[in-house]
Amino acid sequence: MQQDKSLLYEFKKGLWQDIPPFRLLLGLCPALAVSNSAINGLSMGLATLFVLFTSNIVVSLIRRTISAKVRIPAYVVVIATLVTVTDIFLAAVFPAISKALGPYIPLIVANCIILGRAEAFAQKNALLPTAMDTLGIGIGFTMSLTLMGTIREVLGFGSVFGMQLLGSWFEPWIVMILPAGAFLVLGGLVALVSWISSRKAARARAAETAAS
Amino acid sequence: MDQKTTNTTPGTAVGKPSVREAAAEAPAAAARLIVSSSPHFMADESIPKIMHTVVAALMPAAAASIYFFGWRALLLIVFCIASCLATEYAFQRIRRQPVKIHDGSAVITGMLLAMTLPAGFPLFGAFLGSFFAIGVGKQLFGGLGYNIFNPALLGRAFLMATYPVLTTTWVEPRTVEKAVDAVTAATPIGLWKFEGNMDFNLLDMFLGNTAGSLGETSALAIIIGGLYLRYKGYINWKLPLGYLGTIAAVSAVFWLVNPARYPDPLFHLFAGGAMLGAWFMVTDMVTSPTTSLGQWIFVIAAGVMAVVIRIFGGLPEGVMYSILFMNAFVPLLNKHTRPRVFGMVKSGKG
Repeated sequence: MQQDKSLLYEFKKGLWQDIPPFRLLLGLCPALAVSNSAINGLSMGLATLFVLFTSNIVVSLIRRTISAKVRIPAYVVVIATLVTVTDIFLAAVFPAISKALGPYIPLIVANCIILGRAEAFAQKNALLPTAMDTLGIGIGFTMSLTLMGTIREVLGFGSVFGMQLLGSWFEPWIVMILPAGAFLVLGGLVALVSWISSRKAARARAAETAAS
Repeated sequence: MDQKTTNTTPGTAVGKPSVREAAAEAPAAAARLIVSSSPHFMADESIPKIMHTVVAALMPAAAASIYFFGWRALLLIVFCIASCLATEYAFQRIRRQPVKIHDGSAVITGMLLAMTLPAGFPLFGAFLGSFFAIGVGKQLFGGLGYNIFNPALLGRAFLMATYPVLTTTWVEPRTVEKAVDAVTAATPIGLWKFEGNMDFNLLDMFLGNTAGSLGETSALAIIIGGLYLRYKGYINWKLPLGYLGTIAAVSAVFWLVNPARYPDPLFHLFAGGAMLGAWFMVTDMVTSPTTSLGQWIFVIAAGVMAVVIRIFGGLPEGVMYSILFMNAFVPLLNKHTRPRVFGMVKSGKG
């Protein structure tokens, strides 16, 4: 555990150190299912960010009034309410996106990042640290899904956010739009992030030994 | 006891006193006395030797493919081999492992991958398949001997999913030289599957004068190579014959029930990748079971699956997926079919 528990730290840890799904390996289902294009990844990430942020604030506020024995059902009720709000909002305002994401918006209820943050962080912390924690994790998740969606869209369609990027010489990799492509991209990114982290850690250790 | 120090083999350092005394009595012999642990009789085999034999065994099929599809086939084979070697070299350098591209295993993967591709396949796609075969299929699992799936088949499976049209755009044999653009054509198995065409020439299929991948056309050339491998003792007869026998037996049942709808067993043996798969992919030492019972289960299950995919599946060809699917079961088969160690009591649970 780090000594520095500032609000900035709580925010920043979700962006790299605990970035889902690459470091936490939570929320894999939406990461695999709706990352077939950049716009889908981004909207799924933002929807999750909204539910994560609001539900955990509520959980943090009610953490002293909820009996420990029924806390999980209580959290699920909170999360489900906010997911329903998101679902209806998207269907009304962005029907195209709502249609593209399909059942995965209601399935945010079962997203383990949200319940995981509620259980691991919000129920033990005050409002402000919880807000920073969920913002960081949520933005990290949004970035991850957008990155996965971008990679899969570039290789699978030759476009980014619907704009044609690669010319007609490019033969699209159909596999990247298929579920197999999601696993390949996710595996590659998990490996890349772990590799960069381990190199960073090794450099930090080397610097420590050099300093001492 | 000075003589002992001249002998640097590790065996003598922990040797029994009697050995040391013997060495002290005969100083002249001691310099050459090597006491090592078993095995004492080394087989005259090595990975490069086996791999180069397999490459030699693939030569008839490669020659046949060049005969039928022209220099484009040679280019594709050479390019796949070069891509596989380059990928292997890059991965071993990045992972700071000893570079072992000279052992020939990447050459085989490249050759086998090229054999599963149509002659007109674009080179960039061939590079992608080679990269996936060696990089993901082999090096990510830990390199030679650690891969679960046959790398060449995995490369082709990736290409099938990536470029479904290009991997199934076959060219008519002996047209590359004659025409500017090679004439595209369906394989016999594709004609049967999608158009119900039962009018095929078995002799053409046996010799290789049909459309198809480089290595799926000439059954004869592959059988020659396979028999050479069998003669050298590098493949177990059970694997190819069990696989082909199962394909023949299962397809014979369908054929006997309805000969108008289902082609005869010989068609199934000579069509598609059955021969190439049976002789060169089912027999892969790394991705096939080591126990006798395991090998039987492996080939019979794969053979049944190949015919079932061909007859009922959405794809015309089932050889690739049948072998890849059974590759996944090899660790399980090895574990549960392990023969009882001599002298041990049979236990209730494995």
